[in-house]
This record gives sequence, structure tokens and C-alpha cells, in this order.
Amino acid sequence: MTVKQKRLALILGALAVIAAAVALVLTAFKQNLVFFFTPSQIAAKEAPVGRTFRLGGMVETGSIKRDGVNVSFRVTDTAQVVAVTYSGILPDLFREGKGVVAQGALGEDGVFRAKEVLAKHDENYMPPEAASAMEKAQKARDMAAKTLKQ
Amino acid sequence: MARTEQQSTERYGGRWFWRYASPAAFFPLAGRIERLCWAVAAVLGVLGLYLGLFRAPVDAQQGEVYRVIFIHVPAAWMAMIIYLAMAFWSLLGLWLGTRLSFMMSRALAPTGALMTLIALWTGAFWGRPTWGTYWVWDAKLTSFLILFFLYVGYIALAEAFDDVRKGDRASALIALVGAINVPIIYFAAVWWNSLHQGPSVVKQGGPSIAPIMLWAMLTMTFAFWAWCIAAAMHRVRSVIIERERNAVWMKPVVRGQAERERT
Repeated sequence: MTVKQKRLALILGALAVIAAAVALVLTAFKQNLVFFFTPSQIAAKEAPVGRTFRLGGMVETGSIKRDGVNVSFRVTDTAQVVAVTYSGILPDLFREGKGVVAQGALGEDGVFRAKEVLAKHDENYMPPEAASAMEKAQKARDMAAKTLKQ
Repeated sequence: MARTEQQSTERYGGRWFWRYASPAAFFPLAGRIERLCWAVAAVLGVLGLYLGLFRAPVDAQQGEVYRVIFIHVPAAWMAMIIYLAMAFWSLLGLWLGTRLSFMMSRALAPTGALMTLIALWTGAFWGRPTWGTYWVWDAKLTSFLILFFLYVGYIALAEAFDDVRKGDRASALIALVGAINVPIIYFAAVWWNSLHQGPSVVKQGGPSIAPIMLWAMLTMTFAFWAWCIAAAMHRVRSVIIERERNAVWMKPVVRGQAERERT
């Protein structure tokens, strides 16, 4: 091997070792790197008890109840559901059927008391006409599925 | 300069890309690339902003505020790509000992740091109206902040040595090791639960963004590419002048500059 080949092998070897180390560290910390816990994880008792953590999922359709600044809604990941109460101003993108991340703690009664509510928007960008067209198409598909079942 | 070019042509058998590893041969080429890229950046920038601000429709969910995407995403992409380019030149420099490689790496760093700052800043102002917060410590945002510190660390370390070559080698190691952070940033929203959404353009099933919005964003991305290349070429010429000021081929260049300034 020439000097240059040795040097390249040394650099690439060192980088490979560092990359492997980082990969191992990230894998080991996978559980601690989560930004939020899903309702399923809470049901499986993976979320910390009596301590502040974040809950993430979808706002269940038809679950939002407002009483002045007090809001209650349910967060779902389609498998499990967690009830949430919050008092304060909600972000503009807080909507039924959309993503939400709430910070707070789980009460003894199983209700999540949020101190902060953030909206998590998806990675889809489209004009309103396209969105309503897609909604209509979805409804038409649902209707067709219903009719076929009957 | 003619002599230097001829010498390197003989040595490397006339392969043009090796010839341009010589600062003397690369200096005028960098000037031509710089001028071309400034023009491309201006044209595409105006076109991209026109498409993004006047032609693209509002977003169904976010309304007008999503238009930050036309600055935020190109800046974030450039921040990551420039870091990889820096790592590439650093590797080449450490491996082959070519002087120009380190100069390229150093010339890219401030532009990359600027792009990172733009992405962080526009991201904060995008997050406030949509998420409801300027900043959260989720995996994607945190790893991107680390990218900014890596750029700052690279620049600080490169300038910390009186001996230019020591600074080159030490900072090249930061560039190489820090490159591991780039795929982490890119896949952060895919690997972990995060507030930041996943990729819209490069994903399974094709882009989930309306075509006119995508075109505006891609036009802006190419404008950013051109601007970054032009800025890097301008800076690499400055670095070459600084480091090669005593070289024979530099004399007419410096004299020409002095004459232009006098008139």
C-alpha cells in the first residue's frame, strides 16, 4: 500500500468506527429520544407516572368540547384513546382529525391535564380546492363501501 | 500562470480535473463560475419568488403562512448539502494533501452556517403560527441546532491556529466527524416521534405537495444552489489570494486588482 492508500484507509476506518458508535448510542437511546408518547404507549404503561411528559396523536373527530377557555378533547392513535383537558389558547391548526402534541401529566383518573398544546401538521401541501375534492372523493368511497356491504 | 498550467498538464497527463487542483489554474475558472452563478441565482430567485408568492395557491390547512417553505426548505437543504461538500473536500485534503481542497472546505463554511441560521430562523417564525411555539427540543430541531454549532466550531477551530495547515487538518476532522449528523437530521422525523413533520418531496408514493408549489420550491432550491456556489467561489478566490500572495503567478492578479482600484 502506498502512503496515500494507507492514509485513506485510516481516515475511512476511523469514520466507520465513529459512525458505528453513534449508531449504537442512538439505538440504545431510542426509547429516550421520543418527543411524545402515543395513547397506545400510555395504555401499555410506558409513559412516566406523576411526571410531566408529552402526549401525541390525532384529535378524535367530534370529541372537542369548549367551555370558555376550558377545552376537553380526546387524543387517539386509532388503537387507544386518552382524554385531555386544557385551559388556554389553542394554536390555529388545532383541528379535529389532525395531529396534536400536548405537554402535561396524567391524572389518577386517567385524564391527561395539558399545560401546553401544540399542533402537529402533516407533510401534505395542497390548495383548498384539492383538499375539498379529496374529502368528497373519500366520502364517495365511504358511501360506496357502505352500499356494497348492505 | 501559463507555465503552471502547462506543468500540471504534463504531470497529470492532461486530465482537466487534476489540472484544476492547482490554485493557479482554478483561480480564473472560479471567477467564471462565480459570475455565471450570480446571474443564474438572480434569474431563478426572481422566478422562484414570483411562482411562490404570486402563482402558488394558499395551503388548505395553513393558509398563507406555508409560503415560508420557499425559503425554509431550500436553506435547510443547502445547510446539509454544504456540510457534506465540506466533509468531501476535507476528506480529499487529508487523503491527497491537496491545498485547494482545504481552501474549498473553508470557503464553504460561512455560507453553510448562514444557510443553517436562515433555516432555524424561518423555522421559528413558521412554527409559532402553525405549531404554536417558536422552538421545541425534538430530534429534528435539536440535531439541526447541532449542525449550526458544528459550522461555528469548524470556523473557530480553523482560525485558531497560527499555522494555516494545522488549522486545515484539525478543522477537517470536525467536518468529517460532524457529517454523521447530516443523515440524522434528514431522517430524524422518520426515525423518532417528533413535532416536525416528515419529508414531503422525497418519500414513498411521490411528493405530497401540489405541483405548482413543488415547482416554486425547486426553482428556489436551484436559486439557492447557484447563490451558494457563487458565494463559495468568491470566498475561495479570496482565500487563494491570501495564501498564494507570494506566488509568482499571483503578481499580475494582484497588480491588476490594484490598478482597477486606482481607476
